[in-house]
Amino acid sequence: MPEPEATCCQEPEVDFVELDRIIRDEFGGRREAMIMMMQTIQRRYRYLPEQALYYLSQVLDVPITKIYEVATFYASFSLVPKGKHLLHVCTGTACHLKGSGGMVRHVAAKLGIEPGATTPDMKITLETVNCLGACAVSPVVVFDDKYYPQATVGKLNEFIEKVNAE
Amino acid sequence: MATASSTAPDLAWTKKISSPQELAPYRRALIESMDPDAPRIRVCCGTGCKAVGSLEVLEAMKTAVAAAGADVHVMPEVKRTGCHGFCSRGPLLTLEPQGLFYQRVKPEDAVEIVQKTVVAGEVIQRFLYKPPGAKEAIAKVGDIPFFAKQTKLVLKRVGRIDPFDIRDAIAEGAYEGLAKVLAGMTPQQVIEEIKISRLRGRGGAGFPTGIKWESCAGQPGRHYVICNGDEGDPGAFMDASVMEGDPHAVLEGMAIAAYAMGSDRGFLYVRMEYPLAVQTLAAAIRQAEDLGLMGQNIMGTDFSFRTSISTGAGAFVCGESSALMSSLEGKVGRPRAKYIRSTEKGFRDSPSNLNNVETYANVPGIILRGGQWYTTYGTERSAGTKVFSLTGNVHNVGLVEVPMGTSLREIVFGIGGGIPNKKQLKAVQTGGPSGGCIPIPGKFIDINVGFGKLAEIGSMMGSGGMIVMDENTCMVEVSRYFINFLVEESCGQCTPCREGLTRMREILTRITGGEGREGDIELLEEIGQFTNSFSLCGLGTSAANPVLSTIRYFREEYEAHIRGKKCPAGVCKPLYYYEIDPEKCTGCGVCRKRCPAEAIEGEKKKPHTIHQELCIKCMECYRNCKFDSIRIM
Repeated sequence: MPEPEATCCQEPEVDFVELDRIIRDEFGGRREAMIMMMQTIQRRYRYLPEQALYYLSQVLDVPITKIYEVATFYASFSLVPKGKHLLHVCTGTACHLKGSGGMVRHVAAKLGIEPGATTPDMKITLETVNCLGACAVSPVVVFDDKYYPQATVGKLNEFIEKVNAE
Repeated sequence: MATASSTAPDLAWTKKISSPQELAPYRRALIESMDPDAPRIRVCCGTGCKAVGSLEVLEAMKTAVAAAGADVHVMPEVKRTGCHGFCSRGPLLTLEPQGLFYQRVKPEDAVEIVQKTVVAGEVIQRFLYKPPGAKEAIAKVGDIPFFAKQTKLVLKRVGRIDPFDIRDAIAEGAYEGLAKVLAGMTPQQVIEEIKISRLRGRGGAGFPTGIKWESCAGQPGRHYVICNGDEGDPGAFMDASVMEGDPHAVLEGMAIAAYAMGSDRGFLYVRMEYPLAVQTLAAAIRQAEDLGLMGQNIMGTDFSFRTSISTGAGAFVCGESSALMSSLEGKVGRPRAKYIRSTEKGFRDSPSNLNNVETYANVPGIILRGGQWYTTYGTERSAGTKVFSLTGNVHNVGLVEVPMGTSLREIVFGIGGGIPNKKQLKAVQTGGPSGGCIPIPGKFIDINVGFGKLAEIGSMMGSGGMIVMDENTCMVEVSRYFINFLVEESCGQCTPCREGLTRMREILTRITGGEGREGDIELLEEIGQFTNSFSLCGLGTSAANPVLSTIRYFREEYEAHIRGKKCPAGVCKPLYYYEIDPEKCTGCGVCRKRCPAEAIEGEKKKPHTIHQELCIKCMECYRNCKFDSIRIM
């Protein structure tokens, strides 16, 4: 395994001034907007850094256990850093019928990780998603936010080779 | 009018609409400003077409039209629209005035289309749609069975208008219902009209909308109007298409509901997996507020209604009303017991009315043309139309709007065009993950789709997902798939749902893994009935439906897995293997090239063979063999 890259994936420095802006200015410090604040934080850091959640807890005066509850209840939140590339395989019903389950097993075996996990070199995170609403062109995979319709095992191999070649 | 831009239109030239009476002349002025002779090219930019590159087609068409400027009398208008519905044929174009329908268009075709069709008026044959089995291709939208057999009430503007330009929507009649309400209807009259229409909630439960509104309106305190856009059922995308293609229909329906219940605040809860819907709704709210059609003192009256968008965070259970409201409050989305209804105490412990996207989108039409008119569509118990998302093993995958009571035969064969690859139809699954599988051939093919009928045969209407399954679908595996989905999505607070589902998954995994035991079927039935009887919320009380309905109709398939250790459909890996029929194999080499495991070998033009020890059973060869030579053993 190559050494982890130092650029994107180590515990990031949390920018508290920016965090404050997100919580107070963008969402007015309202407790009801907590889920959307967490989504904004996750978009910024690609996961929810512990420090940011403790800060959120203080500003909103919400116990950290409640924040942890929300962070673990909703599937889109992650408490661990994600890899440099994101590979989503849709496992909605239409995609499932067209064989997306086999594709997930194939990639997972090839990368040596479970769905939801990141490779040890932090290069790629494999995730499944329940339905992207693009059932007509199933099976669908999304690699770094770009949709690939009628995906095949071969297409997935291409992504992995591309990432490994970096 | 010049080429319309796809970004937000400049509304600076207009002033606010200051009375309900002003909307009609404004609409007339808009229609007059549009050149009726101008050719119009509509490029579908729904999620399905976007995935196959329609945005690139849109740009290429714009460039080609601009380049052809000198050759045409009137500048053609190229616009992005929402979903045309015929998603499996994307990217799609419709061209007016001829009413042509072009499918599978690529960016490099743009110049040719503009030069030949727009300038010279010639029809290009290779872009036309040819129904399976037909000899002749069809040129006009109206002649294609997929479109001709639909009745579009909810989807009437979807695919026609640019969802990012409110003027387009107003020219096609948006906000006329709201203007009528504000011009002289009392809240009670609005509720009466909805009651007359017999509109029932389109989210799944089918509760009468008028009665819900009435009971909410009668409560003291501040009222909230909430739209459920958390379309979590995998394989369903009708609400996405409405939000993406005609966001104003949803906003107008919500505003009318707010007027009827005396509310001034609304929320749209949209799934985070639908980024495009969030964009179109946000643009629609902004533009409607600019024109005085939403927000403070709507159309110059005393009625104010502000609405905002919240996004979900990936939890299926948040489609349940009380869970959704809890999520809106920034908490975890756990359903609560419903001895007090949400219409009494819901969001922020205040009276809250929650309806589905499609329900709200039905409201403006009912107000405008009367509840009586609406009941002329559909059946006695289920009035109006329903949008289904037809997916799975069917020729024409896409969005289908039909009157309630249409038969499954009409939907699957008439509109859907039947099953591809000469396969046999096996079942249709409706109602999302907690719906049921209906065995079609012979038995229920002529059943009329409506709220009551589907429940009778062990499935449900749900929000409108309709998944067609062919002979290569293993019903045991399908039921394992749905139960696995529900295990992941169960919120876990009540025991029957949490434990019942987990145990059912355990048993189903055992059966599909080739280790099924005698008595497993009976045990599944027992757990399933228990789960459905004693869970707290709607998710739990229907969670065992996939298991119970597949056992009810496909018991012999379970038995084949357990006793014969065979998967007749060839899906459960340990229970079958692939073999190449040397009689049929032409040695074309497609399977050998496609096999990711390099398990297939053979010389050119000679029968190939599969090395069983290398085969990963990914189905790639089976799906791609043109000669039907790969057999499931």
